[in-house]
Amino acid sequence: MDPIFLKVVVGTTLLASSSAVVGTFSYLKGQSLVGDAIAHALLPGVVLAFMLGDGKNPAYLILGALVSGLIAHYGIAFIQNRTKLKSDTAVSLVLSTFFGFGIMLMSVVQQRGQGQQAGLERYLLGKAAAITMLDVYTFSALALVLLLGVALFYKGFQLMTFNEDFAHAIGLPVGLIRVTFTVLTVLAVTIGIQTVGVVLMAALLITPAAAARAWTKSLPQMIVLAAVFSAISAVLGTLISSAITKMPTGPWIVIILGLIGFTSLFIAPEKGWLFKRKRALENRSKINRENIMKLMYRQEEKRGKGNKLTSPQILSIRAMRDEALRVGLKDLKKRLWIIEHIDGFTLTDLGRMEGRRVVRLHRLWELYLTERLGMAPDHIHPQAETMEHVITPEIEALLIKELGMPQRDPHKSLIPYENE
Amino acid sequence: MDKSIEVHNLTVSYHSKPVLWDVDFTLPKGKIIGIVGPNGSGKTTMLKTIMGLLDADSGYTEIFGQPLDKVRERVSYVPQRESVDWDFPADVMDVVLMGRYRKNNLFKRITKEDRRIATEALEKVNLLEFAHRQISQLSGGQQQRVFIARSLAQQADIYLMDEPFVGVDAATEDAILKLLRDMKNEGKTVVIVHHDLQTANEYFDWIVLLNTRLVAAGPKEEVFTKELLQEAYGGRLTVLSKLGDIIGSTEFPLREPEFKEDKPEE
Repeated sequence: MDPIFLKVVVGTTLLASSSAVVGTFSYLKGQSLVGDAIAHALLPGVVLAFMLGDGKNPAYLILGALVSGLIAHYGIAFIQNRTKLKSDTAVSLVLSTFFGFGIMLMSVVQQRGQGQQAGLERYLLGKAAAITMLDVYTFSALALVLLLGVALFYKGFQLMTFNEDFAHAIGLPVGLIRVTFTVLTVLAVTIGIQTVGVVLMAALLITPAAAARAWTKSLPQMIVLAAVFSAISAVLGTLISSAITKMPTGPWIVIILGLIGFTSLFIAPEKGWLFKRKRALENRSKINRENIMKLMYRQEEKRGKGNKLTSPQILSIRAMRDEALRVGLKDLKKRLWIIEHIDGFTLTDLGRMEGRRVVRLHRLWELYLTERLGMAPDHIHPQAETMEHVITPEIEALLIKELGMPQRDPHKSLIPYENE
Repeated sequence: MDKSIEVHNLTVSYHSKPVLWDVDFTLPKGKIIGIVGPNGSGKTTMLKTIMGLLDADSGYTEIFGQPLDKVRERVSYVPQRESVDWDFPADVMDVVLMGRYRKNNLFKRITKEDRRIATEALEKVNLLEFAHRQISQLSGGQQQRVFIARSLAQQADIYLMDEPFVGVDAATEDAILKLLRDMKNEGKTVVIVHHDLQTANEYFDWIVLLNTRLVAAGPKEEVFTKELLQEAYGGRLTVLSKLGDIIGSTEFPLREPEFKEDKPEE
């Protein structure tokens, strides 16, 4: 494999995954914007370090970035504690001021005509392709520091994120934990912006965590998954940008990360859009099904067991969309709850049980509303229409127990139980 | 009387506005003690100040006759249930194990002994079967019991709980009460912030009645009188709250933190 390519892959992977690990805690703390602010705030430190020292040595620039990032971080905290400004205001204030100052310093450097401009510009938009061997070593060392730091402080970070007051109360060194977290964040941002630049840095911190959160409910798993997502993005991003000439690496990494993020939010179990959509559809067809069964059961109550109903007859009793009825009947036939004859549908024993159950829940709930909540009998029907689909067997048992196995609902209709 | 907590001339303020004003009381050991008062009467502030989470403007508190830092491992704190984000990625066991975190094991792994203690704590609050349930999937009562289990896992001598009965079902309420009485029988001291007068008389042996200032503190028979309750719950103290507003708006300094009752002022 091409050694230059390999160098870039290793560099970007290290950067991206270590930022993701630290970013997981920022994300959980609800401080997604702080990383963005720190990234912007690093600029003046980097440029100053460049002006004062040797532009090619990454150690100088990193030191400058670290100092500038820490000042920004404490600046935000200071504004939050000492003024009545909201935290997003404090964050934007520091972000824009520091970034503006950094840009101003950059133009000073430009006017002086200092040759190694390239070294500085990569902080603005990132320039992964320009990674040198020295950079790779530096990043590896820093990534190692980050991972070790998080591993060492795992308990502290976990408790500080979940319940800082408790950490304080049991006498943990909260100050030390906080400072360590800040330094690690600034470090992650410092090395991260070399690949993707100041502007896209927030994506590297927060997107992997957000994507990972969609898949897991365990913190260690979330951290590992965030790192894996980042590593995948780094490798793919580098591949794409090297396959197509003149394509920047950083933006590609961020785009792939974004794709992973959106896909996760879309298809993840329980929290994903797809899952919610599926559940909504299932609920709708359950409601539809139960409404038809209730209707058929009530017709049997009126006209006797084995009463036949055609589709138009059903529609004349209860307004529903033709399509919904058609799908519903098909579903019910499959469940063997109804039988289709030439001249209409009848209930099977199974179907009758289901219809009876829904009617029972409806009437029990109506009785509960009048007896326990003191509602007037002419106001309770719409509520019961909804609740009959929601009440679980446990709640049904509770209702029956609390109402003392009642025989009639507020409208004097019989409440149908099994075995009658 | 064997003392558990002493509060000396404590004044605490939020954004320069006093929430607790010159509060002074001593609590006994081995009792279930309620800090009772209406909303905004400074109960939570009191607890947080005792736990060192808030700084006092003046006055000081001691536990077992010593400053908090000397006895921290004997003190357990249960914050309000709503004070944390229950969507945090953790299961019940993870949270209870936090009760085993100490300054001196911060960098160490969780031991088998820690797990054993946490398991026992979970058993005491009847949540063993939920040990690996996500905390986001718990009911309010279960969340409260998780917090109490975490506190039990600390194996402390005194427990400070902030509104443990808020938003819990009847079963949890009974379970918590039984637990508190067991703890008392083991000689532990339990201090509970509580806003509901109806139940306070039934729950506690000893009551601190608070409304920005101290209304009364003592055995519940002495404190739970109509006059004192009227004083605590019967509307705000106009002069005091007006004075507080003025101090808040002018950022007027309260007495210096060094102030102690037994030291004469310069």
